[in-house]
Amino acid sequence: MSTATQPVDNGVNVAALLDAREALSKAPEAAQFTWRASCEWVNGTHSRSTIQGFFGLGEEQRHKQAFTLDADHPEVFASEDNGATPVEIVLAGLASCLTAGVASVAQNRNIQLKSVKATLEAGMDLQGILGIDSDVRNGFQGIKVTYDIDADATKEEIEAIVAQSQKRSAVYDVITNPTNVTVVVA
Amino acid sequence: MTGATQATAVILGAGHAGLAMSRCLADRSIDHVVLERGEVANSWKKERWDSLRLLTPNWQSRLPGYRYEGDDPDGFRTMAETIRYLERYAEVIDAPVRTQTTVTCVSRRGEGYEVKTDRGAWRCRAVVIATGACSIPRLPGFADALPPCLDRVTPQQYRNPDQLAPGGVLVVGASATGTQIAEEVHRSGRPVTLAVGEHIRVPRTYRGRDIEWWMDAAGVLDDPYDAADNLERVRSLPSLQLAGSDDRRSVDLNHLRELGVRFVGRFAGIRDGHALFAGSLRNMCALSDLKMNRLLDRIDEWALQAGLDGQIDPPHRFEPTRVDASPPIDMDLDSGEIRTVVWATGYRPDYSWLKVPVLDRKARLVHDGGVVREPGLYVIGLPYLRRLRSSLIDGAAADAAFLSAHLAGYLDGQKATDQSARASMKV
Repeated sequence: MSTATQPVDNGVNVAALLDAREALSKAPEAAQFTWRASCEWVNGTHSRSTIQGFFGLGEEQRHKQAFTLDADHPEVFASEDNGATPVEIVLAGLASCLTAGVASVAQNRNIQLKSVKATLEAGMDLQGILGIDSDVRNGFQGIKVTYDIDADATKEEIEAIVAQSQKRSAVYDVITNPTNVTVVVA
Repeated sequence: MTGATQATAVILGAGHAGLAMSRCLADRSIDHVVLERGEVANSWKKERWDSLRLLTPNWQSRLPGYRYEGDDPDGFRTMAETIRYLERYAEVIDAPVRTQTTVTCVSRRGEGYEVKTDRGAWRCRAVVIATGACSIPRLPGFADALPPCLDRVTPQQYRNPDQLAPGGVLVVGASATGTQIAEEVHRSGRPVTLAVGEHIRVPRTYRGRDIEWWMDAAGVLDDPYDAADNLERVRSLPSLQLAGSDDRRSVDLNHLRELGVRFVGRFAGIRDGHALFAGSLRNMCALSDLKMNRLLDRIDEWALQAGLDGQIDPPHRFEPTRVDASPPIDMDLDSGEIRTVVWATGYRPDYSWLKVPVLDRKARLVHDGGVVREPGLYVIGLPYLRRLRSSLIDGAAADAAFLSAHLAGYLDGQKATDQSARASMKV
């Protein structure tokens, strides 16, 4: 099937992204962003995060609306399961970041996507967070992401898109590299 | 105060690039001098390890008016042979080299430049920077946080494995330098862990021909700088994973794995005396394999069009880089497992003596294919300066030809401007 006459449209405004890249390379101070989230305890292990404001391009910015995100733990943890487990939200963050990258890179390479599905799995040994075995870390043993992509492209082109999206992904970097975390009590 | 010596042009550095430029200026009868902090081919003499051989075959180091004429065109020069090759070139072209002359300051002086050295000053109308890309080892910001019990060495200091203490060695970086050092250090009985970030895998030979022959013939080396998708990126890529050897072996990660070298991700930081490695090793290897296969695709396409198919070995692909399911991401640096860290993390040029405002915010020289925006100032001998080939000794000929023509045009224009200024003053 040839779709050569139809312009590739994955819904990503690549021209705007490339313009921003060009502009920010000349004004690195405008490239300094601060992302924020606030989180309030509801009850038990249930909490609700709200995300709206952030800083970038030299000034305060706002999402069009406030987004809220409930997090809790499942019933096997003796919790009420009012939301996804925080570690699952981390997986969702990774998947969304990589998938946004897949769409952007494909657009930039003039490749039409038809469907993109990521399936994520992360192993965890609960002996870590429960303090049973100090040799076991709290976090994931590893994360596996499996992409199922239908696109007007060869397998190698699709693999190259997925590889490039990892290379440019913020969440992938956050997870694969150490980050200093400072937690204070106000 | 003694007066400055005059020259039309001053070339800084008597390596292959500075010498090629000298030859091209001489061809145009532009009087000049080549200032060299040490001797001809200085960094090849003093800043390379013993076993290193050129990554490019003997036939390939073509310089203006000079080429290999020995009986082993496909061999790889040792350091002694590389030094001799460049020394002989300096003799053949009778380059006006002032050795043991360290430049301390280059600044604007009227319409031209003043070049101060530890052996007097020069005044000139044009300056060509040929001091190279590998002046200062570029270490990560956390390098100083290595525990004091570890020895550390840069490739400029490294000579051979015997120089290192017995015990484990962490080699950081998997370019040509990192993989070659990892190979010989591991073979010396010091178990090597190689920290692998972005790297470029290529086979030494493909379809029976050297990879450099392919890249030369298929025009890959002539990819121009102004067509690069992301010039800053291609100029900062690590060197190809290549070694020059008699058995023409590839030094990719699969080869090192067979020797027993262990792999970890990019060295990302040090915390509480532990080295932390990025969890991105698999993707780094995937990117590198994909990039290699794109190069081989391009070569195959060219070979087909050139009518080579049927005459030479058929196209094939190499085994993908093998990666452990869960490479270590943490290593206790106080455990004694590692005794030495080799920082094969690249270099940066040294422009501390350059007092002309032509550096960007990251202290990189801003230039357009070797033409610096300050009139009369040029640079040669940097990676991807005008084309991919610029990274090689073999790239200096075309770059020097272009830049010497540009420089001559600049001098002519300046002369014309001077004459018209003088003429208008008379009126």
